[in-house]
Amino acid sequence: MNGLFAQYPILLVSLVKIAVLLFILLTALAYIVWFERKVAAHIQSRVGPYRVGPHGLLQPAADGLKFLMKEDMTPAGADRFVYSLAPILAMTLALTTIAMIPFGPATITIFGQPTQLVVANVNVGLLVIFAITAISVYGVALAGWSSNNKYSLLGGLRSSAQMVSYELSLTMSVVGVLLLAGTFNLSEIIQAQSGFSWHFLPHWNLFNPTLPQVLGFFCYFMAAIAETNRLPFDLAEAESELVAGYHTEYSSFRFAMFFMAEYAAMITVACLATILFFGGWLSPFPLGPLSYWTRYLPTALFAAGGIALVLHGLRYRTALGRVTLPVVGLALCALGAACARPGIIDVIQGPFWFLAKVFVILFVYVWVRWTLPRFRYDQLMGIGWKLLLPLTLFNVVITSFAVVARK
Amino acid sequence: MTQLALFLVLAAIAVAAAVSLILQRHPIHSALSLVVVMVALAGLYLLLDAEFVAAVQIIVYAGAIMVLFVFVIMLLNAGTEERTNLSRAAHYAGIPLAALLLVGLAYTVTRAATPIVAQPTPKDATRQLSMLLFRDLAFPFELTSVLILIAMVGALVLAKRDE
Repeated sequence: MNGLFAQYPILLVSLVKIAVLLFILLTALAYIVWFERKVAAHIQSRVGPYRVGPHGLLQPAADGLKFLMKEDMTPAGADRFVYSLAPILAMTLALTTIAMIPFGPATITIFGQPTQLVVANVNVGLLVIFAITAISVYGVALAGWSSNNKYSLLGGLRSSAQMVSYELSLTMSVVGVLLLAGTFNLSEIIQAQSGFSWHFLPHWNLFNPTLPQVLGFFCYFMAAIAETNRLPFDLAEAESELVAGYHTEYSSFRFAMFFMAEYAAMITVACLATILFFGGWLSPFPLGPLSYWTRYLPTALFAAGGIALVLHGLRYRTALGRVTLPVVGLALCALGAACARPGIIDVIQGPFWFLAKVFVILFVYVWVRWTLPRFRYDQLMGIGWKLLLPLTLFNVVITSFAVVARK
Repeated sequence: MTQLALFLVLAAIAVAAAVSLILQRHPIHSALSLVVVMVALAGLYLLLDAEFVAAVQIIVYAGAIMVLFVFVIMLLNAGTEERTNLSRAAHYAGIPLAALLLVGLAYTVTRAATPIVAQPTPKDATRQLSMLLFRDLAFPFELTSVLILIAMVGALVLAKRDE
């Protein structure tokens, strides 16, 4: 048992990190749904969720309760084991990928153990994420097959065909980044992107001085949208043709699991895009007098948001809002003040820039979904095999030449 | 100690899933058992510090090949298999032949010129593997990929023949 005890503190620290990350992730999942509905509503000149809590902020809680209280049905003739396995598989795998994501360069101390802001700093982190993505096809395919429903089966088949096709482009599109960084470790990929050209343009892979990975990012983003089964590539759940696709028969919390898996996959894809193409936790400002002041950006943002919430909340329509919104605003102000404290300000920089970039990418994700119409199925396969795959291969070739020429 | 415990658990899972692969009546259940075998094997590779091989094992076998298996089974909508009488040869010779194979393997492994022990893996094992594949053994590597390409084209030709 010596080995286990030697690793004991690390296990404990990992458990704490996993618990904290899971809490943050699940909350973020709930509020991304709220965020998406709000953005969608404003794109279509509506107001979106507004009734449950001020500005509909309690809507995720209401939805969660509703999912829990609905009847959980298994259709007749379903393969019971596979039917209950599929949603568990989908959600667990989608949540696992977040463990590889490094959120910042700082070292924090938990129970006297110095540790990094990542649950599992794996040497082949990128490959592990792709491995988990590769197996998550099963969740969708098995859900469709086990429901004993032809719409589900068609949805599952379409979706797995689509995911298998686009996985290839997804993997090939990041090879350019790997060639430039020379490692599979996500933290090292971020480190390789530090530095600035002409003192203002960061060396993020999107603007890499050897060869800007614009083509790589374009292919990655398209393949990622298809891989997560979202509009304009959501043929798997095209409601006008397939009712709801692979999760037609699922109700109650099992449906919620698929729902959460979809949004968790979205977050992973956005985090990965941030790491691979936008320099992860690196600040966009070069070291200098400016970067000294941008350290206070999190504080300024929290404080501004908090003050705006207090002012807006005091004039809110409902009594509940007049109490909650100012309280939340004051809490944000306090959080902002905490972010300016000497010990915390350096730790918070990495996660701040990382999450800011992830947020922007998520916004684009939602924006795309509510702007573009759905492709036809043959167009979808054509784009995957005849456009994206050749483009990614071309990107690999020119990046290789650029890397060799640079040496 | 932890290593041994993990090895035993993973090996037990792999063997149990392999037995389940044979005993299951439904093709999908068999295919899923095979996926479990692949994942357990990837875990064993991880125990040997072969991170890259473990990840690739999952991506290629569990992720690509088995997804296609499951896909085809779903597409054909294959139902539960009916058990026919086992072949006579398998009935009598199966267990003795399996035992023979096991003894043969055990004999070869114990008699190996260099004892098979896990080498401590260097930190840049992936880089060294790529050096082997793309520089030292580049020719056999490329030859294998051409072979697979030929098999793919051959399958397409066979499938398209009656047009």
